[in-house]
Amino acid sequence: MILHEYFYATVKNAIYSFGFVLFMALLPPPRAWAEKAPNKEDFIMHHVKDAHEWHFVTIGNAHITLPLPVIIYSPDKGLEIFSSSHFTDAHHQRVPYQGYLLSDSEKIVALDQDRVVYDLSLTKNIAAMLISVLILLATFLIAARHYQRKPKAAPHGFWALLELLICFVRDEIAMPNIGKKNYKRFMPYLLSMFFFIWLNNLLGLLPGAANVTGNISIALVLALFTFVITNLSGNQHYWDHVFNTPGVPRWLTPIMVPVELLGLFTKPFALMIRLFANITAGHIILLSIIGLIFTLKNTWVGVISVPFGAFMFLLKLLVAFLQAYIFTLLSAIYLGAAVGSHAQEEVSG
Amino acid sequence: MLTTMLFLDASLALLGAGMGAGVVTLGAAFGIGKIGAAAMEAIARQPEASSKVQTAMIIAAALIEGLALFGVLVCLLIATK
Repeated sequence: MILHEYFYATVKNAIYSFGFVLFMALLPPPRAWAEKAPNKEDFIMHHVKDAHEWHFVTIGNAHITLPLPVIIYSPDKGLEIFSSSHFTDAHHQRVPYQGYLLSDSEKIVALDQDRVVYDLSLTKNIAAMLISVLILLATFLIAARHYQRKPKAAPHGFWALLELLICFVRDEIAMPNIGKKNYKRFMPYLLSMFFFIWLNNLLGLLPGAANVTGNISIALVLALFTFVITNLSGNQHYWDHVFNTPGVPRWLTPIMVPVELLGLFTKPFALMIRLFANITAGHIILLSIIGLIFTLKNTWVGVISVPFGAFMFLLKLLVAFLQAYIFTLLSAIYLGAAVGSHAQEEVSG
Repeated sequence: MLTTMLFLDASLALLGAGMGAGVVTLGAAFGIGKIGAAAMEAIARQPEASSKVQTAMIIAAALIEGLALFGVLVCLLIATK
């Protein structure tokens, strides 16, 4: 009975506190918000999408941005390189430059409709990706040098963490799924994938950073690597499974082969969509929760949305690791299916 | 009249997309919930096998998640069209 009373009191408490918060939310805001609320949708998409300039912060009317180089190749004019700051004038209005215009969807279009133009610009995502590649190269080359100089010494501090993570990829991802015989030649690929995705997920969480792994083109290229490597290293057994699935009656072949062939493509496609959707959805949810304050123009909304946003952010830290792990794990499973043999399967499964 | 019909069509499509996303999430939540429950049970029975169970659980959950994301993608395409 005591338990029952306790439960009743808790529920009553919860209802009262929720009602209090709702009541506070309906109170007029203590300070009137800016007259012109920013368009919420544009604000979110601006943070999630790629751009030709790196926008860090806006203070009042001052935008702190880093213009990035625009690289355009066209058959008639050849290679053209100039700064993307030429596309905006002093009043932040878009202006044409050298016969090109930056459209509202951040695409470079030629004013002359008939021209064929290839945009090879160093955009925000590419700049962020190159930075992450530099960080990875520096970290791992230094770590490798540590091991070359003193092969017997145990690493300290940060380098010990790296060793832990590398051993995690080796022992938990590569070895059980690819097999002890073959795992070594895929380790460089799996490690690169894991650390590239994880670092870019984490860098994407920083304020003002680019959303690299949440860009579907980058996710596509990452998945394409797995697709190409899996199919190039596929052995007899792997292709047998596709074209002559064991244990299936002969007359089912016309159905099985197209299904299996389709399966080759859906696996990397699912990898791509999973990474893209998880990272982008996380960003949009976080920005929506925070943007709720500005949409409702009520500071009391912050009482709910700031703690909830903080919780979502912590969840995204977990998701950043989990998505890198799952991408690498599924890649390892596909690679294991490509190089494994019948005997191995029976032993492990 | 025609514009009203068009607006109704668009809003019905949005309604469908929203309901689709909800149903997809429901299915995925059900599936992942069952996997999680089974994994908890397995770990409770055999705590020493917990790392193996966790890996298998994450793989199965990732496969379901992939399917759910396909569904959500379709809804997103309807909503943004």
